[in-house]
Amino acid sequence: MPKRDLALRVGGAAGDGVSSTAESFAKISARSGLHTWTYSSYQSVIRGGHVWTQVRGGLDPLLSHGDDPDVVLCLNQQTMDVHQADVLEGGAIIYDMDVVKPDPTKIRKSVRLISVPLRKRAQTISPNALMRNTVALGAAVALFDMDFRHVESAFKDIWGDKKPEVAQQNLKAAQLGADAVREMGGSLKLGLAYPNKARYLMTGNEAICLGALAAGVKFLAQYPMTPASSILHWMASHGPAHGVVVKQVEDELAAMNMTVGAGFAGVRAMTATSGGGFSLMVEAIGQAGMTETPLVAILVQRSGPSTGLPTKTEQADLNLALGAGQGDWPRAILAPRYPEECFRLTAQAFNLAEIYQTPIIVMSDLYLGEGFRTVEKLDFNVPIVRGMMAADGGTAQGYKRYLITDSGVSPRALPGTKGFEFVAATDEHMEDSTLISDVLSGLPEYVEERRKMHAKRMRKLDGLRKDTPPPELWGPRNADLTLIVWGSTWGAAHEAIQQIEEKEGVKVNSLEFPTLFPFHAEQTQQILRSVKQSLAVEGNYTGQFSRLLRAETGYKPDHFYERSDGEPFAARDIADKIREVVT
Amino acid sequence: MKMEFEMDTYKSEIKPTWCPGCGDFAVLRSLQTAIHALQLEPWNIAVVSGIGCSSNLPHFLATYGFHAIHGRALPVAEGIKLANPDLHVIVVGGDGDGYGIGVGHFIHAMRRNFDITYLVMNNQIYGLTTGQASPTSEKGMKTKSTPIEGVIENPIDPIALALASGATYIARCFSGDVKTMSELVKGGIEHKGFALIDCLSPCVTYNKINTYDFFRERVYDLAKEGHDSTDMKAAFAKATEWPMVQKGRIPLGLFYRNPAIPTYEDLEVAFRKGPPVKQSLGVEDPDGLLAEFL
Repeated sequence: MPKRDLALRVGGAAGDGVSSTAESFAKISARSGLHTWTYSSYQSVIRGGHVWTQVRGGLDPLLSHGDDPDVVLCLNQQTMDVHQADVLEGGAIIYDMDVVKPDPTKIRKSVRLISVPLRKRAQTISPNALMRNTVALGAAVALFDMDFRHVESAFKDIWGDKKPEVAQQNLKAAQLGADAVREMGGSLKLGLAYPNKARYLMTGNEAICLGALAAGVKFLAQYPMTPASSILHWMASHGPAHGVVVKQVEDELAAMNMTVGAGFAGVRAMTATSGGGFSLMVEAIGQAGMTETPLVAILVQRSGPSTGLPTKTEQADLNLALGAGQGDWPRAILAPRYPEECFRLTAQAFNLAEIYQTPIIVMSDLYLGEGFRTVEKLDFNVPIVRGMMAADGGTAQGYKRYLITDSGVSPRALPGTKGFEFVAATDEHMEDSTLISDVLSGLPEYVEERRKMHAKRMRKLDGLRKDTPPPELWGPRNADLTLIVWGSTWGAAHEAIQQIEEKEGVKVNSLEFPTLFPFHAEQTQQILRSVKQSLAVEGNYTGQFSRLLRAETGYKPDHFYERSDGEPFAARDIADKIREVVT
Repeated sequence: MKMEFEMDTYKSEIKPTWCPGCGDFAVLRSLQTAIHALQLEPWNIAVVSGIGCSSNLPHFLATYGFHAIHGRALPVAEGIKLANPDLHVIVVGGDGDGYGIGVGHFIHAMRRNFDITYLVMNNQIYGLTTGQASPTSEKGMKTKSTPIEGVIENPIDPIALALASGATYIARCFSGDVKTMSELVKGGIEHKGFALIDCLSPCVTYNKINTYDFFRERVYDLAKEGHDSTDMKAAFAKATEWPMVQKGRIPLGLFYRNPAIPTYEDLEVAFRKGPPVKQSLGVEDPDGLLAEFL
């Protein structure tokens, strides 16, 4: 069977230009018409260490960054030492013969060694040290038989009109790499018929930004934290043109509190962070729950606990999101699986936040947030529903901001609206926002007032449950095994299911939860009734979702497969676990 | 001149729950007097507070208000201002709220020079939690949390801190003189930029040292002694007279004012399209936006 995908792995030290080289290749792959998926393994260091990025391209939609690569591009010796054994048969290793030496005993048979004096060749064009990466990139493009037009257009994007001479120099350098490949036996002849129709390529974080813009976000306050920072960066450069105030603030307490202020004042407001920053936000997000202030919080998880592994992925902040803030307050937690869903669920989160006047948390992770994926064209024609506003037909006379209603939602008024003045209070309050806490609490009548107000807020969960996406069962109905997954684990799980079906003929499906809270217990139980055997696959040590599932439905998954070493799930590992469970 | 809004327009039906004699009554009165004198539209005012006795103040006004969590009034207020710069945003709270738990936000809000007015009801004690030391408690002061040796830390000097942090209107006043306080608050609201007004507001229940009499014996009016409020160096010199050093005299009035510094709002690039709250939602040219991803 001819190959239908390819993978390039670029490795070096931080500062070597690994990610920019890989990103250029990803762009070239997407413009070649391949479905493209990247994963960057990097470290918390600016210079040195070992970092690598894998770019996978495929004629068919992809589900992961793949396993072993066809080509490894070594920018230093360590990359050779670590990755040379992974290169697939019929593949190649590109390296600078003057500084890197392979160990032929470790390399699979029929792997070609493309040893090029990368630096020396590059210096014939420019003294810029990073130009050697371009020579190597050109070699990779030639090995994969890709159209050089895409190299040219990628360089034009990077250096554009401002530095056309630099783009030209890089194109020459890339051609030197291609020439070297030609001299050394030509391409790998993988036989991929490139459609050469460009696909959209973006990260999960960028898809979140686009979803927010589509929904009309007007405010983002954020403190830098990996892997959420690229949301701040993208919005800082693109937001103002769309009237979005983008503010880097002193800490995450300020980020959340400013977002609360902006939401109160009537704009669609968001903040974004990772687990550490979210931990600082919990008191303030509870404040939004209590004051019934709409906002969207993006939580891009990384490996914890504490500072943990800042550049590694994990799904271990579910308990944090579920329990954020003292006391009970209504929230929804959405967990997109892929960039298109990042876009859709973020846009939906803004509607839910305003309809239910409460915080909505969108949980992603480093693997999804920072990895590039090709996506179908995003539809910006998303519904915008701003919820119940007091001034729309309501009278100011006797206006009660916290009017008790069946839905738990009270008509909202925005500062600046004449006649509807009120005070939002974090103390427990009555319908007209008079405090119960100070001189009334404990008096029999006000015990009842508190009970009613608290129940009113919590009733919003019923509506949120109805308006959030239900669990989905993917794959054959009568499966021997059902995987239980959430978030970015989706892709590797699907790929494992396909592998098992192809190789073993075993039918496996997967139960997935774009909404983590409020839990869709009834629908989940209905699906679970037909489940023969289950395997929960989660990127955390304790099975945080499995515990939620059990708490909400009484169902305990039969098997549990966890990964919490910082690396994303690999399809073949999940496939192995499936084999272990079903045989 | 006939005034559109009576004084009562700004008063809510809720009566303050402060102890009789509390200095915060004077601050409330001063604020009402100032916004009345300026004839601000009540619906275009947002009064934001944190937690503490003084932070109950928004409930006593008939304007929009946000009674936030402890120490976070300033960032909530900044978010309001950034969403709707047309609002008059006034922040109120105590010394524990602003100079203690919220001091990080205090410094950053000032260096941004938002057009926000901040009234700190400084009673040098934690009142609502029944009498612990505050960040402005004087050295040696015995409180519930410092019962043996008294406070051994230096007090925060809010005036010097504000000067160093970039506030552009810095004043101190005393609840024993509502008239001057009202004028300083009015000046702060009129000022384009961050106004800090440190209001010495005695706690009659838990602070038996910094009483009305304590202040009456020590305060003097900066203006009467020829202080030049455009001179930052002179303002620093005056700030150091109290509380870090106790020279027996406490300066009141306007320490510093500089209307020439642009506000955050003047420089915010997104405001070129107008107030965010008044913008239409959604993206006009999705294809243009998506082009960079293709």
